[in-house]
Amino acid sequence: MTRITVQVDGSSYTDDVEPRTLLVHYLREQLGKTGTVVGCDTGNCGVCTVHLDGRSVKSCSLFAVQADGHEVTTIEGLATNGQLHPMQQAFHENHALQCGYCTPGMIMQSLDLLADNPNPTEEEIRLGLEGNLCRCTGYQNIVRAVQAAAAGGAQ
Amino acid sequence: MTATEERPVAEIGNPRRRKEDARLITGRTRWTDNVVLPGMLHLAMVRSPFAHARVTGVDTESARAASGVVTVLTGADLADEQGGLPFAWTATPEQVQPDHPSIAVDTVNFAGEIVAVVVARSAAEACDAADLVDVDYEELPAALDLKAAAADEVLAHPGLGTNVSATFVYDSAEAGHGGEVETAIAAARDDGIVIEREFRQQRLIPSFMEPRSIVVDPTSEQLTVWDSTQVPHFVKIFISLVLGIPEHKIRVIAPDVGGGFGGKLQFTPEEVLTVIAARRTGKPCKYSETRSESLMAAHHGRDQWQKVTLAADRDGNVTGLKVDLLANMGAYLGLVSAGVPILGALMYNGIYKFPAYRLSCTNVFTNLTWTDAYRGAGRPEATFVVERMMDELAAQLGVDPLEVRERNWIKHNEFPFPTVTGLRYDSGNYEAATAKAKELFGYDDLRAEQLKRRESGDPVQLGIGVSTYTEMCGLAPSRWLGSMGYVGGGWEHASIRMLPTGKVEVITGTSPHGQGHETAWSQLVADRLGVAFEDVEVLHGDTQVAGRGLDTYGSRSLAVGGMAVLAAADKVIEKAKPIAAQLLEANADDLDFSGGRFGVRGTESGMTLGELAFAVFQGHKLDGGAERSLDADATLEPDDFSFPHGTHLCAVEVDTETGATTIRSYVSVDDVGIVVNPLIVEGQVHGGIAQGIAQALFEEAVHDETGTLITGSFVDYLVPSSADLPSIETARTETPATTNQLGVKGVGEAGTIASTPAVVNAVIDAVRHLGVSDVPMPCTPYRVWKALQGGAES
Repeated sequence: MTRITVQVDGSSYTDDVEPRTLLVHYLREQLGKTGTVVGCDTGNCGVCTVHLDGRSVKSCSLFAVQADGHEVTTIEGLATNGQLHPMQQAFHENHALQCGYCTPGMIMQSLDLLADNPNPTEEEIRLGLEGNLCRCTGYQNIVRAVQAAAAGGAQ
Repeated sequence: MTATEERPVAEIGNPRRRKEDARLITGRTRWTDNVVLPGMLHLAMVRSPFAHARVTGVDTESARAASGVVTVLTGADLADEQGGLPFAWTATPEQVQPDHPSIAVDTVNFAGEIVAVVVARSAAEACDAADLVDVDYEELPAALDLKAAAADEVLAHPGLGTNVSATFVYDSAEAGHGGEVETAIAAARDDGIVIEREFRQQRLIPSFMEPRSIVVDPTSEQLTVWDSTQVPHFVKIFISLVLGIPEHKIRVIAPDVGGGFGGKLQFTPEEVLTVIAARRTGKPCKYSETRSESLMAAHHGRDQWQKVTLAADRDGNVTGLKVDLLANMGAYLGLVSAGVPILGALMYNGIYKFPAYRLSCTNVFTNLTWTDAYRGAGRPEATFVVERMMDELAAQLGVDPLEVRERNWIKHNEFPFPTVTGLRYDSGNYEAATAKAKELFGYDDLRAEQLKRRESGDPVQLGIGVSTYTEMCGLAPSRWLGSMGYVGGGWEHASIRMLPTGKVEVITGTSPHGQGHETAWSQLVADRLGVAFEDVEVLHGDTQVAGRGLDTYGSRSLAVGGMAVLAAADKVIEKAKPIAAQLLEANADDLDFSGGRFGVRGTESGMTLGELAFAVFQGHKLDGGAERSLDADATLEPDDFSFPHGTHLCAVEVDTETGATTIRSYVSVDDVGIVVNPLIVEGQVHGGIAQGIAQALFEEAVHDETGTLITGSFVDYLVPSSADLPSIETARTETPATTNQLGVKGVGEAGTIASTPAVVNAVIDAVRHLGVSDVPMPCTPYRVWKALQGGAES
């Protein structure tokens, strides 16, 4: 067991973890952050995407110990005082989700995309999200949501 | 105490943003894998790496001794307890099928079959110990190739003596719905056109994003099961039938479910084994599959060979269609495996007036993962054939593919139309949908550009693909299902509870997993009862709440389940009326119900449904005989299917030097009848088309020569990403269905059914002048390139 201290969604946690514990399992099982989910075992699907110090990472591809001393933001940390983040609002307004399983990762990745490129073209959005799979929407409304969020200045 | 004041206007057709989004976009979701219970144990499966082998020994000693392990279960342990997994469709009375144990007892019949189950205190410990289970196998010859299996070259189940499960034949002459197809073909050979083709529907994997997961809690009177399933009501019945647990002692909950596409329309070994583990240990047990397990062992879809002969006269009027299918069942029959080709069998005529038709379908066992329903289930296969063949006919005649379609399709004034397969198409307007699609697409301009590129020998050629499809939705009249060999019915159930404060609970037997029923059913009820959209809560997916239901698949939910909701709402109004009359001291015949209020005609006097609900709750002023409840139940038995249709047009650019295909534009005009929520409908169309494009261009489950799945992860199984797909232009025409009270049809599968032939027709149209008349799916750059080199097969 290794002791780690991680800031997650604004709160500090100190826990003992097995060195092999993946960040996503630490978030889900030890912290109860079940908004972040697991969809594959090869790092392809992106449903587990969170932010580590403000940049997107696939939390299945990091050990929890690698987050020691860092700040993690999950989908559950986006809304403030009950107000949805503009990106969450844009996904809702544009019907950018159906079953919703990919949605947390998709929203976190979309924010990372806009942080790099606040006014992306459709093609840039499509390329920027290609590491996040969605089986329901065909991505069209996800692209629209990111465009809408960009137009509204969401970051 | 009273309901929200705002009264709705025109909820039907209102693009309401979805209610279910609130939890899904904030991560406050209830997936099965989130369920954690005190003392819960975790399962890990040991799976066969061989496609066909005798299991000669399972040594569990090291696994049992490993950290955290509570027990290890093997086929020998469970031989008497596990029962057999069910199949719900019998294609013919003579059908044969092997027993289907949840855990292999002496042989394994596909790679991925379970041979042992480790139960441990944590998922990690279960996984570690699973590696320590030592299984001895004696490999057996495996039946892997569908055509060879159909010829019984190697037997998948030697005990059956054959690989053929059933041969189903439909002949329009014998059925009295059309002529003799052989006569039509002979006449066309003599003086007309005969086109023969063979198509391969490659094996696909549904690939829902949420891997399957199940939690079983045995710690009370009633067994409680959380399950990532499309069919909680089926699961409840089958747990009872397979394991002998009385049905009333089982509660199944499908909480938030992350997609299904038919892939979670199943009763699985994993469900049975988790129940057994919970029962044996007396502890809550959880099993959540990995993606690799999901791709290998959750049922696959499609996988057919289709041999087709089309006969036409010299003017391009089709005179007959003959289809011979081989359908790969894989190693076992799942719930509707045997019925999937039958659902397609009735749609090979598409939107056309074919006078003669014959289909023969042979369901074949192989030592591969079992196949079953995947989005469209039979209808994409049928639509692909008829739409590919119409393009071939057009090419043969040298006319535009839309022209040859129009020559053969049912005209809008010819409905209702009895088809050659014995169905009755109630309504449609193929002319209108096609005209709209052509205009949006810029059809004539694209044809002109195509001609230019051909003439200039541009290395990047333009292709235009057409698909004018229809499909049958609204599964299904129970009587019809029974006549086709399905064990269950096709009705749906709904209840409405009028709460004392005027709020409304709607309980539906449908089980959404992304379709947005909470929103759409709220709209239906708000509209019918005249209450606010926000005042309606839709409850589903828990057999203790929604006691009766037949769940969600086959684009049935709105056309059957939604209509059950309306029927229940009508009963509430009917029930409330005499009570309103009594309280308003009026004659019931003088009451009008409008905008959620009973009003006495010609007066200001009236009461809202909310006020009535409170008065009924109090009971103070009601007659002794009046029931103290406005609640109502309804079941809805559909009279017939509904038949959505539409025209999809796809333009692709094919690089003739590399074989790479790029979709340049895609227009879909769908007629799904009356639309409750256009936003949800558009989303279904987008996603459906994406999955159809995926079959045309990207996805294929590939096995090596030993039967091992080599597309066993998302590295190799190419679910398209955002970068792979185009934006689609969608539009609708609206021809109401006549088979239900609202005129709705169904939209869940339409896009998938329509788009695959549209894309493949486009690819071939781009290179037909270079000598290519077919490319097997998926039309990868290599396959297109190879076809251009003169060798279509690969």
